[in-house]
Amino acid sequence: MGKRIAKEVSIAVAEAVKQCKVDVIAAYPITPQTHIVEHLSELVANGELDAEYITVESEHSAISACLGSVATGARTFTSTSSQGLALMHEILFIAPALRLPVVMVVANRALSAPISIWNDHGDIMAQRDVGWIQTFAENGQEAVDLVYHAFRVAEDRRVMFPVIVNLDGFNLSHMIEPIELPDQEQVDQYLPPFKPKYKLDPRKPISMGPVGIPEIYTEAKKAQDEAFKNAYKVIVKAWDEFEKIFGRRYRPIETYRMDDAEVALLIMGSLAETAMTAVDKMREAGKKVGLVRIRLWRPFPLRDFVRAVKGVKMLAVIDRALSPGATGGPVAVEVRSALYQVPGRPRIANFIAGLGGRDVTVEDFEEMADKAYFYMKKKPKEPYEMIGVKE
Amino acid sequence: MLKELAKFKGFSAKNLPKEEPFAPGHRACQGCGEVLALRLALKALGMNVIAVSATGCMEIISSPFPYTSWRVPWIHIAFENAAAVASGVEAALKVLKRKGRFPKNRRVDVVVFAGDGGTGDIGLQALSGALERGHDFVYICLDNEAYMNTGVQRSGCTPYGAMTTTSPPGKKSFGQMTWKKNVPAIAAAHGIPYVATATPAFFLDLMNKVKKAALVNGPAYVHVYAPCPTGWGSKGEDSIRLAKLAVETRIFPLYEVIEGKYYITRKITKPKPVEEYLKLQRRFRHLTEEHIREIQQRVDAEYERLLRLAECL
Repeated sequence: MGKRIAKEVSIAVAEAVKQCKVDVIAAYPITPQTHIVEHLSELVANGELDAEYITVESEHSAISACLGSVATGARTFTSTSSQGLALMHEILFIAPALRLPVVMVVANRALSAPISIWNDHGDIMAQRDVGWIQTFAENGQEAVDLVYHAFRVAEDRRVMFPVIVNLDGFNLSHMIEPIELPDQEQVDQYLPPFKPKYKLDPRKPISMGPVGIPEIYTEAKKAQDEAFKNAYKVIVKAWDEFEKIFGRRYRPIETYRMDDAEVALLIMGSLAETAMTAVDKMREAGKKVGLVRIRLWRPFPLRDFVRAVKGVKMLAVIDRALSPGATGGPVAVEVRSALYQVPGRPRIANFIAGLGGRDVTVEDFEEMADKAYFYMKKKPKEPYEMIGVKE
Repeated sequence: MLKELAKFKGFSAKNLPKEEPFAPGHRACQGCGEVLALRLALKALGMNVIAVSATGCMEIISSPFPYTSWRVPWIHIAFENAAAVASGVEAALKVLKRKGRFPKNRRVDVVVFAGDGGTGDIGLQALSGALERGHDFVYICLDNEAYMNTGVQRSGCTPYGAMTTTSPPGKKSFGQMTWKKNVPAIAAAHGIPYVATATPAFFLDLMNKVKKAALVNGPAYVHVYAPCPTGWGSKGEDSIRLAKLAVETRIFPLYEVIEGKYYITRKITKPKPVEEYLKLQRRFRHLTEEHIREIQQRVDAEYERLLRLAECL
């Protein structure tokens, strides 16, 4: 086992990418992703990582170069944030449809306007339907561990889908945390070499990215969807394997003090750490509050989620993104739909919080839990509300 | 002369490659000059190729699933990013060879095929990035002077006066009111080792240039004039005639830029009047004598400029 040492999360993530022995990196700088790609450039420049680093002229070209690279049979990595992710949008759909398993770390950041470099989930929620496997890290160790997991899952021949690992920009990416980087042998044991079944090779020519006429488009999409749903099993199994080798256990959904919870806070990403403190405080005050965290966002782990919230009366869904004019934030809309057919489902209160780097404090969580209790008796007037708005 | 080109003797009618990397049975229009240029370019390159297409006519006519015309590995991702995709392919080959996961001594040419819109308009940024970074690849622009795949809309490469569906002549317009963007000059401005222009009318010249582009180390750009009977309102059987006339009128001069030095590869000492070229195409039918005079003057001036470039540098 490697040593647990204090490291900036971005640096640790780059080190993990190095341990995955990537062949090609194509990235364009954007705050707050920069420390990840800067460190990777350093590793390449020093000869510590034998890879081609393509310093592309935009994120659109970053993801495009990544697809060219992975299609040729090279293990490929990129990273971005916010506007950069939005610029990739068009190409993001094409990667899973062509079954090109790129791994990308997104340091989540708000979208413009107003322009903001700070953290929320607006960038990634706009990419909800692109067809990538998506995970959310809570802390530095998890961010690192999810990188190994991402390559292992993406390149599995039963999967062959690209993966996005989300980590909160600044709030996580720039934190210095105690992180254990495993030994290289362990990583090698966990992550086999990338051997795609199909690749661009003159010895065995194939055509990638053909025209889909109406007679076959639906079938192509059906095949993609089935394969994506089946990826779930591999994702979970890869976490089982991870536990065997590295000793840390990961599940699609995490729960905290949920045994007899009446109210559950639902969260994604690094906010969960503060939320746990709030839950402890409320428990001490005799309130039966628990916490549920979604780690695997796509494919959505429906059964795990339903199991996690069983018996809960009120679910306080905290969204870090706004979906203007919708019936809630993206997470609330998702889980409301997920629970609709479930007998004895909890009711839902939806809070939009922590936009554009606004802190969400222990007190904010307490306020949201209190509101959730209140809404048990009295139905909320609006489908969602924003927390911490200054009057 | 670049040392990579020293040994290349050139193609002739006697030593044409037998392979056809681009198979027949595709869905291009009758008389398509673009698919002809594509076929010739691939013939020059051979089978050890990875081809990248931008979205466009050549992509859609060649790949209606489950059929394909590509006998070489081929990938199409999107419209504006072919040069970036090729950058990734090239980088991957480099690292895989270095790490022993691809035969070290096996030469593979990475080649992009894109239209004038995919090159000079929406794809210009990706192209510029890839040229500047020095990837070892060949970029072939098949220029049919408008967005033909979507129904003949004007592009930055549409010539002055041409009628397209978004540059229609009318009471206040005479068609395209801007001059054709000089994309080869933009490519050359990146200081890349090889830039050339070609047309399928001079097919050996085209094949030689494409082969040279592949032989040089680093990025190479070939701008190919590609007649489009459907978009230009010309006869299918006139495509080669037009491709020849474009050169003979000096509208589309044939030249190379090798390490920054311009070489005119087909000097036109007695140019034909541009009118001879224009009158074969419905897209120029509305032009007045004055417009034609204006075009003639511009063509003369541009050719003079090219001659000076070839002499001075």
